Amino acid sequence: MKTNDVILQTTTKVVFFIIFLFSIHIFFAGHYTPGGGFVGGLLTTGAIVLLLLAFDLKTVQLALPFNFTVVTAIGLLLALGTAAGAIVFDVPFFTHAFDYFELPLFGKTSLHTAMLFDSGVYLVVVGSAITIIQSIGGDD
Amino acid sequence: MNIFYSVCLVLVILSMLGLLYRVWKGPSIPDRLIALDAIGVMLISAIALLSILFDTPFFIDVILLIAIMSFIGTVSFSKFIERGEIIERGSDR
Repeated sequence: MKTNDVILQTTTKVVFFIIFLFSIHIFFAGHYTPGGGFVGGLLTTGAIVLLLLAFDLKTVQLALPFNFTVVTAIGLLLALGTAAGAIVFDVPFFTHAFDYFELPLFGKTSLHTAMLFDSGVYLVVVGSAITIIQSIGGDD
Repeated sequence: MNIFYSVCLVLVILSMLGLLYRVWKGPSIPDRLIALDAIGVMLISAIALLSILFDTPFFIDVILLIAIMSFIGTVSFSKFIERGEIIERGSDR
């Protein structure tokens, strides 16, 4: 059946970036306000699911040419690497470190290694959720 | 002023009860779907009023999140009603 969903596709082209920016905001705001890697990853998944709803599986795989199981693996590696990196500095496993840096554009910024762990969580959530949705939704 | 917000919250909850009646009674599936979408909007306004009553700015993210999730849920369910499948495999256009 040939259907015309111009309104849905045009709305998606605008709303996708709003949801994606909100997920990035909620990911970076997770240290001082509610949010963090898990909610940010789920919101990014929601944005990609909106793309899957408006277009189809082939088009989205063409637009986002990632193998999402590999994304999950990279996230696990990042989280485990952040935890294991503490051993190099002769402190217990999972010890985090933070300091204040003068960045050129942001000024005085506190950088924390928990952010790297959180980005691992983000990648794991996005990869596993999109893998589930693609493998269930792609069935005929 | 707190009494005003409490009265508003009671009114929002009463309208949610009316929408729940439509979800329970609605003769067709699109009636129930639109009622659920409106319940999402009512939930947004209830959380906004609660965030005024609790005097905290941390619920603002929840409002935007519920709006996004309600939109995605409504779109996916209406696509299921219209075509029978939510995510199409390939393009037949």
